[in-house]
Amino acid sequence: MSGPPGEGPVTPGPVTPGPDGPQSPGPGTPQDAGTPAIATSASGDAPPPASGGEETAQDGRQPFGRIILESIVEGNSAMVTTLAIVAAIVVGGLLIAFTDPVVLTAWSNFSANPGNAFAQAWDSAAGSYSAMFEGAIFNPHTIAAVFQQASLASALHDGYVSAVFNPLSETAVNATPLILAGLAVALAFRAGLFNIGATSQWIGGAMLATWLGFGVSLPPFIHCVVCVIGGFVGGAVIGWVVGVLKARTGAHEVIVTIMLNYVMEYLLSYLLGTSALGKPGSNDLISPNIAGSAVLPHIAGPSLRINAGFLVALAAAVGVWWLLSRSTLGFEFRTVGANPSAARAAGMSVERTWILVFLIAGGLAGLSGAAVVQGTDHFLTFQSYGTYGIDAITVALLGRARPLGTVLAALLYGGLYAGGVQMQAVTQTPASMTEVIQALIVLFVAAPAFVRALFRLRGAKAGGEGQTLAKGWSG
Amino acid sequence: MKLELRGITKRFGSLTANDHIDLTVLPGQIHALLGENGAGKTTLMNVLYGLLQPDEGEFILDGQPTAFHSPKDAINAGIGMVHQHFMLVPVFTVAENITLGVERTHALGLLDRRRTRRDVRELSERYGLHVDPDALVEDIPVGVQQRVEIVKALLREARVLILDEPTAVLTPGETEDLFRVMRELKAGGTSIIFISHKLREVQAIADTITVLRRGKVVGERPPTASDSELALLMVGRKVELRVTKAPAQPGDVVLDVAGLTVPTGDHLLTDHPAAVDDVSFQVRAGEILGIAGVQGNGQTELCEALMGLLPSVAGSVRLSGRDITSATPRDRLRAGVGYIPEDRQEDGLVTDFSVADNLILDVYDRPPFASGLSLNLDAIRSTAVKRVADFDIRTTSTSTPTGTLSGGNQQKVILAREIGRDVKLLVASQPTRGLDVGSIEFVHRRIVEQRDQGVAVVIVSSELDEIYALADRIAVMYEGRITGFRPPTTSAEELGLLMAGAGTGPDAGTQAGAASDSPGEPTEPV
Ligand SMILES: Nc1ncnc2c1ncn2[C@@H]1O[C@H](COP(=O)(O)OP(=O)(O)OP(=O)(O)O)[C@@H](O)[C@H]1O
Ligand SMILES: [Mg+2]
Repeated sequence: MSGPPGEGPVTPGPVTPGPDGPQSPGPGTPQDAGTPAIATSASGDAPPPASGGEETAQDGRQPFGRIILESIVEGNSAMVTTLAIVAAIVVGGLLIAFTDPVVLTAWSNFSANPGNAFAQAWDSAAGSYSAMFEGAIFNPHTIAAVFQQASLASALHDGYVSAVFNPLSETAVNATPLILAGLAVALAFRAGLFNIGATSQWIGGAMLATWLGFGVSLPPFIHCVVCVIGGFVGGAVIGWVVGVLKARTGAHEVIVTIMLNYVMEYLLSYLLGTSALGKPGSNDLISPNIAGSAVLPHIAGPSLRINAGFLVALAAAVGVWWLLSRSTLGFEFRTVGANPSAARAAGMSVERTWILVFLIAGGLAGLSGAAVVQGTDHFLTFQSYGTYGIDAITVALLGRARPLGTVLAALLYGGLYAGGVQMQAVTQTPASMTEVIQALIVLFVAAPAFVRALFRLRGAKAGGEGQTLAKGWSG
Repeated sequence: MKLELRGITKRFGSLTANDHIDLTVLPGQIHALLGENGAGKTTLMNVLYGLLQPDEGEFILDGQPTAFHSPKDAINAGIGMVHQHFMLVPVFTVAENITLGVERTHALGLLDRRRTRRDVRELSERYGLHVDPDALVEDIPVGVQQRVEIVKALLREARVLILDEPTAVLTPGETEDLFRVMRELKAGGTSIIFISHKLREVQAIADTITVLRRGKVVGERPPTASDSELALLMVGRKVELRVTKAPAQPGDVVLDVAGLTVPTGDHLLTDHPAAVDDVSFQVRAGEILGIAGVQGNGQTELCEALMGLLPSVAGSVRLSGRDITSATPRDRLRAGVGYIPEDRQEDGLVTDFSVADNLILDVYDRPPFASGLSLNLDAIRSTAVKRVADFDIRTTSTSTPTGTLSGGNQQKVILAREIGRDVKLLVASQPTRGLDVGSIEFVHRRIVEQRDQGVAVVIVSSELDEIYALADRIAVMYEGRITGFRPPTTSAEELGLLMAGAGTGPDAGTQAGAASDSPGEPTEPV
């Protein structure tokens, strides 16, 4: 069913080919929720002809959650996503303005000086957003500073040039783990699987990368590569466990991944308290620093934090794009994701696909852990995983489960974080306002019909409708 | 209610699916729509039902111009549509599905389950539709789901009822039932728009027949018009309604099924212990075995067991002497089995995928479509272009999502994939379901061609016409057993009796017995 009863026909977005190749558009999102009489189900939705073997809840019938997610991910056009971001920024601006005490004072004197009330509100929001922009993309003052130097050479030497690029560097640094973890969610989603467990896989990757980082000594470059591979392997093992449990026992991956998140969080705390991973002689739950040889090198000079981890993330995105749209394995993944029964009849092993998908997705999330430890933190604490695993889900959703989209969404999130820090430093607005804006984006993205109504978009309807009308023998 | 369509035009991008269509449906009239696959029948009905908005044209109901912006509008105006498929909630009961949106409630707004059930039972009994209000929809066969759909529309008292290929999944008996219902409705003044590719049905039930071709009305004929006249009008060329074929030249045994038993899944209503019960038969190279029978007598399970999609509990399946009883579907496909599943959207296609991708769905990892791990997009595309042309698949391009194709064209995608490649054995379940007469002729020709090239073919069909047209030998299935093997010269009456489970003739025993006793020994082709 495509929506709450009584709602108008929910139609998938226009046929927008994904950024990653000849992707098919709209899902089997059923059309006519507007008919109270008729509840449709998506194409993969009929009961399996007869249950045999290891049937699980996944094949044959789409879980309700999946249908919702699918309509968010695939039912939204890039246009709606963009407009959702715009709407979130506008609403965020109102929130910034009307939580500012100065603005509130001005508004309490509204009748005396209405012009001032509006001006104050505008100043507050605009000030916060421009600070955010300066923190995330670029700060005009830094450019001015460069020109005030005697020569370009001295500007370079004294770090004035790097200062120009610092905001972008910070955005990229913040985006790196989100790209990788987001890909872990997006890849699974394309194969019809929910990966709520990027956290556990992140921890698995980070633990192995950290351990390899301080526990073994290797020549510089090799050490670094070994740790990155370790990160992939550490995450892949955790992902593989999920895949195997699902394939062998039919356990639902959502439950398994959520539970594994707890398991790994506590395992991390435990190991940090032992000599295996903990810092000798310290009572804090913290690991030793990794060796300098294991640190991911900076790629734009020592004063900018941007490091090779960002390149790893971009390479991973290209890799996932190739896997999904250019490889036989990805063809299998997508088929299993779109119609498991047809995949089975075409000779594909649905169970094997589940395992492989979770293995690779876990590896990607593990890389995210390695990128944080080797790129910026250099050690692991019992809280290092932060909210990467959760943000990864929203990033993947925003990116419509496509590699390029995921990269863009992660950059947006990274920029919001980087900008939020600057915003807090320069204005009265708390950095947590960025989280509010992120939440608003998700909220708007999750309500495409609302965004369409807000911006009076009708295009999506004409293009999307009928796509799934042609059903059954009757076409 | 008198319904007029005036100049209805619907375009999808550059494609004009409906081109200024005029149509008048009189009160109490059964108005048949005929047309080749992709002619625009379903599109026209979706427009009428408010699912699609016309680009031009208007509807006139009893003289009043009307527009339908959603199915809700259409339903309120007294238009009902029975879709073919997937319009039911699988986890709801029959009664819940039928009353969805028009729920019976107590004074407090609670669901009145007893009244719901009673209403449904009453209605289904009145029209002899035999649906169990308490069965879960996911547990009942497609044919019964179809009946649920009909009851659903009847409950909403539609005055114009659209039936889009309702008989495609019905058994002959069920079709008769449906026709009885249709006549009763007609007597009560309800108009019916009836779409079917089966000329005989149309001639039997319609008051008038409108023929569409490539989006345009090309003529209206009385039901007395002949088969060939209607076919000519539809397709625009002469159609051979019965493919001529030379006698079979059977070679070695390719498929040898001995004592195959497949347990009943919990989905079937039958109280028979096994879905496929001790079935034995052989198919030789260059021979077509037609498996006739009323749908739901184990044919689906037999095919799935042959493909390794369902496990068997006893018996064996050999392919050219090799035991493949426990081989995976992939092994079987690789060993040269082609498979046309009964339920195309469930098992045969990924509707979100492009036509090109669906054309390689089971050969995607083999040359020329793949080298190593990487897909060879050029080969995929060029093969698709060729198959689309060969099989006359009406699609705007090979990258069009298959779900937007007309029903018959979706079926052709599967046929092109499975018949278009080298196989030893072709297992085809309802291969021409939903195809127009011209396409049926073409597909039958291709299947016979395959046979003549030495492919062993198993055709499962509930259409006796199809069985007669193709089979060199006929096996009849009833309640999971093969009740007899017959030559294709057998009368329809005799087959009908076998299909109804009337006794097992003497040659049934000997044929089946011979097959299981001495698998290697050639049996006489009949
Ligand atoms: N949503 C859509 N987008 C693009 N093209 C479409 C869409 N729906 C239908 N078409 C095209 O419109 C044409 C008419 O399709 P329609 O389903 O009406 O045919 P039909 O007469 O019902 O055929 P069949 O007998 O095979 O069911 C086809 O070429 C089909 O591909
Ligand atoms: Mg149709």
